[in-house]
Amino acid sequence: MNIFLILSVLVLIAISIWQITKIFELSQAKKVNTQVADDDDNNLNGKLMFAFLIFIYGITIFSFWSYGDVLLPNSASEHGADYDNLMWISFAIIFFVQTITQALLHYFSYKYRGEKGKKALFYADNEKLEMIWTIIPVITLAGLILYGLYTWTDIMTVEENDEALVVELYAQQFNWKARYAGEDGVLGDANVRFLQDFEGRNLVGIDATDPNGFDDVVVQELHLPEGREVIFKMRSQDVLHSAYMPHFRAQMNCVPGMITEFAFTPNKTTEEMRQDPDITAKVKKINKIRVEKSKELVASGDMALDPYEFDFLLLCNKICGASHYNMQMKIIVETEQEFEEWMNSQQTFAEVIQ
Amino acid sequence: MSAAAAVHTEEDHGHHHKETFVTKYIFSQDHKMISKQYLITGLFMGIIGIAMSLLFRLQLAWPEQPFGIFEVLLGKWAPDGVMDPNVYLALVTIHGTIMVFFVLTAGLSGTFSNLLIPLQIGARDMASGLLNMISFWLFFLSSTIMVMSLFVEAGPAAAGWTIYPPLSALPQAQPGSGTGMTLWLVSMAIFIASSLLGSLNYIVTVINLRTKGMSMTRLPLTIWAFFVTAIIGVVSFPVLLSAALLLIMDRSFGTSFFLSDIFIQGEVLHYQGGSPVLYEHLFWFLGHPEVYIVLLPALGITSEIIATNARKPIFGYRAMVASILAIAFLSTIVWGHHMFISGMNPFLGSVFTFTTLLIAIPSAVKAFNYITTLWKGNLQLNPAMLFSIGLVSTFITGGLTGIILGDSTLDINVHDTYFVVAHFHLVMGISALYGLFAGVYHWFPKMFGRMMNKNLGYVHFWVTAVCAYGVFFPMHFIGMAGLPRRYYTNTAFPYFDDLADINILITVFALIAGAAQIVFLYNFIHSMFYGKKTVQNPWRSNTLEWTAPVEHFHGNWEGEIPHVHRWAYDYSKPGHEEDFIPQHIPLKKGEEELQH
Repeated sequence: MNIFLILSVLVLIAISIWQITKIFELSQAKKVNTQVADDDDNNLNGKLMFAFLIFIYGITIFSFWSYGDVLLPNSASEHGADYDNLMWISFAIIFFVQTITQALLHYFSYKYRGEKGKKALFYADNEKLEMIWTIIPVITLAGLILYGLYTWTDIMTVEENDEALVVELYAQQFNWKARYAGEDGVLGDANVRFLQDFEGRNLVGIDATDPNGFDDVVVQELHLPEGREVIFKMRSQDVLHSAYMPHFRAQMNCVPGMITEFAFTPNKTTEEMRQDPDITAKVKKINKIRVEKSKELVASGDMALDPYEFDFLLLCNKICGASHYNMQMKIIVETEQEFEEWMNSQQTFAEVIQ
Repeated sequence: MSAAAAVHTEEDHGHHHKETFVTKYIFSQDHKMISKQYLITGLFMGIIGIAMSLLFRLQLAWPEQPFGIFEVLLGKWAPDGVMDPNVYLALVTIHGTIMVFFVLTAGLSGTFSNLLIPLQIGARDMASGLLNMISFWLFFLSSTIMVMSLFVEAGPAAAGWTIYPPLSALPQAQPGSGTGMTLWLVSMAIFIASSLLGSLNYIVTVINLRTKGMSMTRLPLTIWAFFVTAIIGVVSFPVLLSAALLLIMDRSFGTSFFLSDIFIQGEVLHYQGGSPVLYEHLFWFLGHPEVYIVLLPALGITSEIIATNARKPIFGYRAMVASILAIAFLSTIVWGHHMFISGMNPFLGSVFTFTTLLIAIPSAVKAFNYITTLWKGNLQLNPAMLFSIGLVSTFITGGLTGIILGDSTLDINVHDTYFVVAHFHLVMGISALYGLFAGVYHWFPKMFGRMMNKNLGYVHFWVTAVCAYGVFFPMHFIGMAGLPRRYYTNTAFPYFDDLADINILITVFALIAGAAQIVFLYNFIHSMFYGKKTVQNPWRSNTLEWTAPVEHFHGNWEGEIPHVHRWAYDYSKPGHEEDFIPQHIPLKKGEEELQH
């Protein structure tokens, strides 16, 4: 019954739009109508073109004004500042170009709207003009390319070193695990064929014959010491996933059969980030929304939502199946000392498989 | 070459085959009928594609709300009116596949290349009518199979339109990766065959069958665009076919091209040695040129419509041709910008950033040329013209964000977020779609002998234009906020709770945009039967298709095919009374042809 009702409503809406359209069309019985635009049409649409320019500017300004606060806050990694600079410069350039070109396009559409008796200008080439507007983009883009490549090489060059913390991010349908290399700083060999060893306690498939793996620590909540470079070695158990850590400006696919790599140095602790004014404002806004939502839930007999506190996020960013939208791991950035304390309270692989 | 064309003319004129209903309307070998068949099929698939997008937009705006419409259309996939997460992924997958391939490739190139190539170059028909007919029916078959895949027990393909393995290779990873994916692959293999046959036909026809006087430098920009698009197609589509075939082998014959070291559903699979990254390379080797296969015809159509309606030559014809060629060449060496964080060697990322930002240059040149064509024109703001101007507007907006995405560094944080979705929808979903609409409004008289209603066209344009920006401009913000794409809902992350309002706004605009297309459909269907009968050259255009009579017949022109004496853009040429001089009009005494 419900089905028929819904279907009928949809069909009736479509029919209404169709009929309204037809009525509109029939009501246009006036003068000579060749269905080719005449001066009146040109006049109206020319003005609408100019109005549309205002609309484009308007929606741009409106979006920044209303939605500017959802943009990611200041980054929490060392290379994040370089990333954000490049982003700002690129945006400045494209906004400049957008503003000018949209203005010219829509203004000309308005100014040169057709009129019977007017003649257009036969203007087919201008080598000088074309040269200028080819060279300027070339120079601008060359600059952006060089700047971008310099930053890219900087970020993506990962040099093995003793100070860095080596962490494996292990992705699977539908959760994350992290494995620390332990005292020796070396991750033990691992492969999915070892997953079934030790009655399922070998969560990431460490090869128990590799001594490097004995001091490895496997956890489900990622802790990072502030100010120390972390080199992520990423693996996947089943399908493609992607480790996306937006606050650190970091992302890298996790590919089954391959170990991929990304490194950064966190330079803000979770506590510090929680004090960031953008974050405080965002958390306040979110909690307001959650309070509203909770009222509805409680009214219908459900539990209220917990208040939200900011935490760094690791999310999956490559389509991986049904729960792709809920594959997350908390990231906690803390002082070196807090990190050591936490690490000492974790079990090593050797302890787990005893 | 012209001798061959002359011989062809002699032999062919006055050829009137006896046509039955079946050979005229169904298994037709006439390019004009085939173009209409492509258009109708493309529009039908487009309706399905848009309907799917409205469904998943409803889910995104009101994620925990049950919807009766879900129960009706999705049945068991929406228990109690709440959409199943797997089917959400299936909807976005099929939406993408249908829109990119079936609507914007076949529906756009298939329609207009078929309609215009013979008519604008002065040929009786395509080089091979038989191949042309086969290519349409293969397209129809592939569309049918794709639609059939929606009704499979475990659901249609749901691994994104890009169907990366292992997700797409393993039914254990996702229900849609079973029979649904098999049908998807079969459908696409047939689609590729159709596209290749069509492209071969277009290339051969343009090279061999131009009428006397139609040198390459006198070709309208539509033909340049369709010709180069076809070349890109034959170069890149076979690579997608190879990726699909290798994937079929991994799925059904136990090979390990794309798979290695996988543990799923409690067992270690046997695959060793393959890499999903190989698939990504093969896919995107087509995938990137594909977006230019989608865009270039739309740009060619825009050049034609803007020049005709501005009553001015297209500015910078030489540069326009050069940029089409540059875009085509560059499009084959930028594919890695879809793979910056795929795990491939970062050095490759540098190379692809370089080539990608280069491709911005010919694109910019084209945009500037369009704007300059409008300057000091006498703009006839027909619906086709509005859509063409709209195309330039969204092409600029969308293209500029491409500069952000093409920069490997910046891609790190926006890859696979809604920023990407906003970008490609503006350039493909809106720009190229506008090209399709503009083409339909402009060449409707040629196709159906009647005019579409212009006022309905205006309503269609203005509502769509406002909604297009309304949907996709705010979307950049949720992408920059860090929201990934292909997420069934954002509610698993309280961090994204403040994006809910934006999602609702986007969905509302999308629903209005969807409704506005009904105006177009009404106009299209109604005008086909009851539209005002057209004159031979309603837009007072220079190109050869308007010299053919309104009534269609096989062979296009009674008697000899017109000979060409000038380029296609002598609009408002000084020293002439009329503000247009069709290509077949000989030069006046003392008149000089514009040198390029």
